[in-house]
Amino acid sequence: MCGITGIYSFNGSDTLSLDTLKRMTAVMQYRGPDEAGIYIDSFVGLGHARLSIIDLCSGTQPIHNEDKTMWIIYNGEVYNYPELREKLVQKGHTFYTTSDTEVILHLYEEKGPACLDDLNGQFALAIWDSKKRELFLARDRIGIRPLYYTRYKDTLIFASEVKSIFMVDEIPRQIDPVAMDQIFTFWTTLPGVSIFKDICELPPGHYLRAAHGKVSINKYWDIPFYPRHEQVDLSPAEISEKIHELLLDAVRIRLRADVPVGAYLSGGLDSSGVTSLVVQNFNSDVRTFGIRFEEDAFDEGKYQNRMVFFLKANHKEIMATNDEIGESLNNVIWHCEKPLLRTAPVPLFLLSKLVRQSGIKVVLTGEGADEIFGGYNIFRETKVRRFWARQPDSTMRPGLIGQLYPYIFDNPRLKRMLESFFGMGLDQFDDPLFSHLVRWENTGKIKTFFSDELKAAIGSYDGYEQVKESLPDGYAGWDTLSRAQYLETSLFLSNYLLSSQGDRVAMANSIEIRLPYLDPRLMEFMGRVPSKWKILGLNEKHILKKSFQGILPDDIVNRAKHPYRAPIEQSLFSGKALESVHDMLSETSLSNAGLFDPAKVNRLKNKLINGGEASETDNMALVGILSSQMVARDYIDDFSSRTENVIDKLPRTVIFDRKNKTDYVGVKNAD
Amino acid sequence: MSNIDTIREFVVENFLFGDSAQLTDEMSFLENGIIDSTGILEMITFLEENYKVKIDDDELVPENLDSLMNISAFLDKKLDGMSVPKEEGK
Repeated sequence: MCGITGIYSFNGSDTLSLDTLKRMTAVMQYRGPDEAGIYIDSFVGLGHARLSIIDLCSGTQPIHNEDKTMWIIYNGEVYNYPELREKLVQKGHTFYTTSDTEVILHLYEEKGPACLDDLNGQFALAIWDSKKRELFLARDRIGIRPLYYTRYKDTLIFASEVKSIFMVDEIPRQIDPVAMDQIFTFWTTLPGVSIFKDICELPPGHYLRAAHGKVSINKYWDIPFYPRHEQVDLSPAEISEKIHELLLDAVRIRLRADVPVGAYLSGGLDSSGVTSLVVQNFNSDVRTFGIRFEEDAFDEGKYQNRMVFFLKANHKEIMATNDEIGESLNNVIWHCEKPLLRTAPVPLFLLSKLVRQSGIKVVLTGEGADEIFGGYNIFRETKVRRFWARQPDSTMRPGLIGQLYPYIFDNPRLKRMLESFFGMGLDQFDDPLFSHLVRWENTGKIKTFFSDELKAAIGSYDGYEQVKESLPDGYAGWDTLSRAQYLETSLFLSNYLLSSQGDRVAMANSIEIRLPYLDPRLMEFMGRVPSKWKILGLNEKHILKKSFQGILPDDIVNRAKHPYRAPIEQSLFSGKALESVHDMLSETSLSNAGLFDPAKVNRLKNKLINGGEASETDNMALVGILSSQMVARDYIDDFSSRTENVIDKLPRTVIFDRKNKTDYVGVKNAD
Repeated sequence: MSNIDTIREFVVENFLFGDSAQLTDEMSFLENGIIDSTGILEMITFLEENYKVKIDDDELVPENLDSLMNISAFLDKKLDGMSVPKEEGK
């Protein structure tokens, strides 16, 4: 796993300097601490920070084709590369490494952008065709690996992380007001943009081509769902069997690496299932890693221990204390590069540190299963509300909501009021966004803290309209669950979970995550499974549970779903974080950043400090405000001082200088 | 200060963080997203502590609690010892 960065100067300008490329690569050195590589000619500069996982000896990037006219830098893994390589060898391609990177380059030579259809993996890549003077950028189907770009004057600048783009001094750094509106509604920016003005994100499943001053972007894949008549007519038993087979193969190819592969183990169904498949089929001694919390409401220790005992796993855990969560938030925001509304990414950052300290570079995770198999409460909630909407006056139907949220409904006094809460918008069941409106409306309330300036800059922007316009053809013909799954996957999984709880917090400690549930073969098959089998009655992930029968203990398969969350006010309003929270939320800091209304924020602060019960909304607002303040300070005001000496972090660097026709190995920052 | 003003002040301070401009007496808290599922608890605690009343479980219905006017009417009746709307079937 690695970091990539580069500049394409359409007119071959002198600003394309080796020094800038080094700084762009060095600032995300944690993505690839093992070595670095730089390519430069009169038009293009490419930088690569490498975490060596496959072909430890000869896989140094950039990698070139036979006649050195095409060059690739690549962040990712393509798991089916041995099979693809075999075919390319038969077609006469010769290889000088054993890496997956070189396979992609030759496949691109062979097929152009259509090569992406053949890749099963997670990646962001750049290929420079020096003959055609064409730059090709691409991102994996679901967005496991990040890729940002911006156009500035006659250049296109791209990188795995925004901070690398900002190392080009001329690039303006500003918070985008519309992106703020999006995050404070959807928890994330919508596909294609970032929190920073004019810094774009290449959406998942897309590629970009740039040549002779023109840039074009194309979609090559979308999350597969089908109308009923195009779904499979198999029994649940047959479906589960097929899933078992597909998942086993997805795990098998994700164990391909020249270093040991570990696994995250939370004690939930998804990670337990994956780890169990590893232990029972491929590696009985796999290293596993888990998170523990101080408070029972967050901790899954009981089930984690159950799995450790069941698998006789070689397990390590971290205690994510409230103190440590509060203290690490700022560092996590530096890595996530966007405001967050929850602290849940922080423990995952602490966990990847433990993995690194344990000498492991790669871990399998259970991410993606809830989206693909129908695990989240929002799906069950949608099902109940759709059922209720058919008889809005029913007194029995709303009672089903209580079964979904036992931890909210545990106070029987509140039953009627809560039912009224979930009963809002029942008449909107025809709205394409029906499943998510309660959540988004509820989140959107925290926009009340926006400053008048920010509100004015957002103007009449309507995020819901933008989402509606971006929905794929055929969406209207899908059933309620499929639509909800599409929204959840395309917005929340791709733009938030895979980034802020995935790539960013793992790569911060140079850890690569691999996600078997997001194998494209598995997603394609599940897209054709009727919704009635995915959630049977109100039993979530029915198919997955069935496919794990016999390989997991019954109490793990049948346990109630425990949403992964982390403490908020307990972490931020006590201990070591308190001082910095006060500082970030002071009137001076708030007025400087100009994003929030200091008087309102002060009321929220007082309410929480005075021991007022923080509601869900208060907690979201607190993290949202605090993290936006951190982004504004670290990326706008203090960016230059924060990144002043990054070049010292550059490891051994291989330099292909095509401008001066020399290749050499540079040590540290010496040219 | 009348009941309705006291409650308005509580809502503005705790749920609207000072932003009183849009809050009308008739406005539904739930429909307008003023109070969320956990905020209801805060409201009940406030009413019970501030007015020294005991609110029965079956009185916790939107008809009594979902706007400034509903709460005020509910409280008036409660303080006068009159009968108040209760959950159906109880």
